[in-house]
Formats: sequence, C-alpha cells, structure tokens
Amino acid sequence: MTVAPSASTRPRVRSPSGGRRRDRVWRVGVFLACALPLLTLAAWTVTGDLGVNPIETIVRHLGDWALRLLVLTLALTPLRHLTGSTRWVRHRRMVGLWAFAYAVLHVSAYAVLDVGLHGPTLIDDLTKRPYIMVGMGALLTLIPLAVTSTQGMVRRLGGRAWRRLHRLVYLAGILAATHYLMMVKADITDPMVYIFLLVVLLGARVTRWLTGRPV
Amino acid sequence: APLPPARPSALSTAEDPNSFKQITTYNNFYEFGTGKDDPAHAAKALVTDPWTVRVDGACAKPGTLDAGTLTTRSDLEERIYRLRCVEAWSMVVPWVGIPLSTVLSRFEPTGDARYVAFETLHDPRQMPGQRSRVLDWPYREGLRLDEALHPLTILAVGLYGRVMPNQNGAPVRLVVPWKYGFKSIKSIVRITFTPDEPPTSWNQSAAHEYGFYANVNPTVDHPRWSQARERRIGEWGRRDTLMFNGYAEQVASLYAGMDLRKRF
Repeated sequence: MTVAPSASTRPRVRSPSGGRRRDRVWRVGVFLACALPLLTLAAWTVTGDLGVNPIETIVRHLGDWALRLLVLTLALTPLRHLTGSTRWVRHRRMVGLWAFAYAVLHVSAYAVLDVGLHGPTLIDDLTKRPYIMVGMGALLTLIPLAVTSTQGMVRRLGGRAWRRLHRLVYLAGILAATHYLMMVKADITDPMVYIFLLVVLLGARVTRWLTGRPV
Repeated sequence: APLPPARPSALSTAEDPNSFKQITTYNNFYEFGTGKDDPAHAAKALVTDPWTVRVDGACAKPGTLDAGTLTTRSDLEERIYRLRCVEAWSMVVPWVGIPLSTVLSRFEPTGDARYVAFETLHDPRQMPGQRSRVLDWPYREGLRLDEALHPLTILAVGLYGRVMPNQNGAPVRLVVPWKYGFKSIKSIVRITFTPDEPPTSWNQSAAHEYGFYANVNPTVDHPRWSQARERRIGEWGRRDTLMFNGYAEQVASLYAGMDLRKRF
C-alpha cells in the first residue's frame, strides 16, 4: 500500500509567497465565517428579530454555535488524515478559539441576561442542576486550552505535553453535547446529531490509534 | 373570525395582556413540532370545523359536544388569566370561554366520577409532530373532579375576542390557570369521567419531573431548574413566581393537608 506524501514533503507547485497570500485569504475567510453567527445576532438585535423571547434566542444561539464550532474543530484533524492535506489543521486554532468565545458568551448571556446575576439562582444552578454543572465543566475544560493556544505556549510546554493537554478538547466536546442532551425536554433529535458526529470524530481517532498510526 | 361579545369576568386579572402576536407565535404544541415557532406555521392546516368532543365514562348521559355551538353561546366570558409554563416563562392571555362545570353538568357525572380525563386529537396527517414519538400520542391530561368543576377552570374557544387560533389549541381547549401550562390540554376530542387518576402525557414521559397535579409552586423546583422565578414574555428581568400562580386565595383549599412536595 502506498501512503500519500504528507503536505510538508510534497513538492510545492506555487511559489512560497503566493501560498502565504492564499493562506492569509483563507485565514480571513475562516475568521469572518466564524464571526458571522455573532454578527447575525447583532443584526437581529437591531432589527428586532430576536423573537418573542429574545433572551432565550440569544442564549440558545450562542450555545448552538459554541457546540457547532467545537465539533468542527474536532473534525479538522480527521479531515487532514482523510484528504492528506494539512490545510485543515491550519485553521484549527482559530476555529477552536471561536468555539471558546461562543461558549464564554453563552455562559455570560445565561448569567447576566437570563438569571440577571441573581446570586441565589446562580448558586442553585451551579450546585444542584446537573445539566448546568456539565455545561460549566465543558467551559472550564476549554479554558486551559484557550490559554495555551499561542505559539509561545506550545514552545514553553513542548510539543508532546502540549498535545497531551489539548486532548482535553475531546472531553470538552463530550461534556458540551451531554449538556445539550440533558437540557432538552423530550425531543432529543438535535443533541443526538451532535453525539453521532462526536462518536464518528472520536471513533476515527481511536481507529487510528488502534492501527498504530499517530493521532 | 370574531366571536359573539364576551362578558367581562370578576375572575380576570387586571394585569396587561401579552400581545396577540406574542400569544400566537410562541407556543408549546408538540403535535405541530417542538420549536416554539413551529405551531404558528404547521397548525394552519388543522381542520377545526366540524369538530365534536366525545364525553363518556362515569356519567348518566354520555354524548357529544359540538365545538361549533360552543362559539355561538351567549354566555361566553372573557377571562384574562396569567399563564405560567413549567419552563419558567409566563404570559397574560385574554381567553374567551365558559366554565368547564357549565359544560360538564349536562352529562350528569355519577358518584364514581372522581377524575376527568382529556384527550387531544390523534391524526398524524393533520398533526405532523405526531409522526415522531416525542410523546406517547394522543396527548392526555386529567384533573380531579373538584378541580375540573372549580369556577376558574374554563373551556376556551377563543382569545382576544376572536375564534381560537389553531396554534393555541383550536377549536376548544382547557385553561386551568393555577397549574403549569401543560395541564391546559389543547384541541380536545374526548372527555371521560373516571373513578381513578388518569394517565397524563408529561407524567408518562418523565414522572420525576412532571406530576399529575402540576400546581404552580415556587417552592418546589423542577429537577433541572428553579421554579422560584419566571420571565414574563416581553420583560427582560425575572419576576417572582406566585403560589398557585397567584390564585392561592381561590384554590389553596383544594389541597388542604396535601404534601405538595410529594404530590407536585
């Protein structure tokens, strides 16, 4: 069986500067795409299209996109393996940081807009409501990953330790999808879609690991 | 379509009603989808005329109730009620209807009738939400007979002086203002007097979360969220939830001596 050469060893057809320019265009494009749900929310706020229960719309929208981008982050490495192209993982950090940003905004909207920073309710929620505790666990899991996302931190920790630490993102994904599943009342279709995607994406890693290839 | 003029009622709250748009675009009616905005679209095709409600069980004169004749009655009342959803949001709705007791007495419930069971239409062709088994269809609800005969309990056939919009439970629905919204069953096709507590849909779906009584109670939390406060639709902050949704004076005596923590 022949293995496709990895992108770093494959001879480049384009000139390096042209590749860099294209890289930059892609980066800006991915940034804007990730910002779009936030801009949409801002537009709805201005046009009064947040619906009958605006706070619910805001909190749900931010949570949906935190989960979607988290799943997308987890899809980029398998996509590299599937396509043999490294272009996917070049955007992993940015998409992951956007997922974190949406998670922070989601929790802030819940605490400030929904609960109105009402202390007793927040304490109750954080100590008695399993779905909120699991969701908070997902956010806490993402914090060290966001903090160590810079090149400097990769160097300081060393590649191996950094990679090991960042496997926490699997846990964050599982916690976030579980949080959603625990929250819904009766119709579990949507959370099950995320859980299915996570099973596929984490399963791909397990399969690679079992067959002795680097994850 | 407009309804005949409805008499004002002393049982109405003086609070400002929510807008017609709010009341008709934010609905929990799983027969038409689980999204709050689904029923406003998906319920358009529901055929509500002709519509009959079968009344049977422990009564001397079982029979049927024609929903069309309910809307032409001269004794329709406007009842402006608070509606508190178990999900911790609330509205104020100007219902039009008649006391359930007025309707039920005609069927002469017997001494065996201790509860009243209600059923919603089961027709997946008209109710697309019933194609998925989110709940065990048809939707079922029930009341103790004394709750059913309480003057606050009405059969509603409209709101804001108009015929009931489909997404709000046309042509005829129950309104029990001191209980969480899911007790107020919509689009009723059957009412049965029973000697025993009837099975109810949300209780069957998750018994630890939704009890048979489902009285609005700020001191008994839902397992997944607090019931102490609520968001009135249209307001940004939360307000305190009132015992029995503010109807304690009228209904607290129905539950004297009952442990409301156990029988939630």
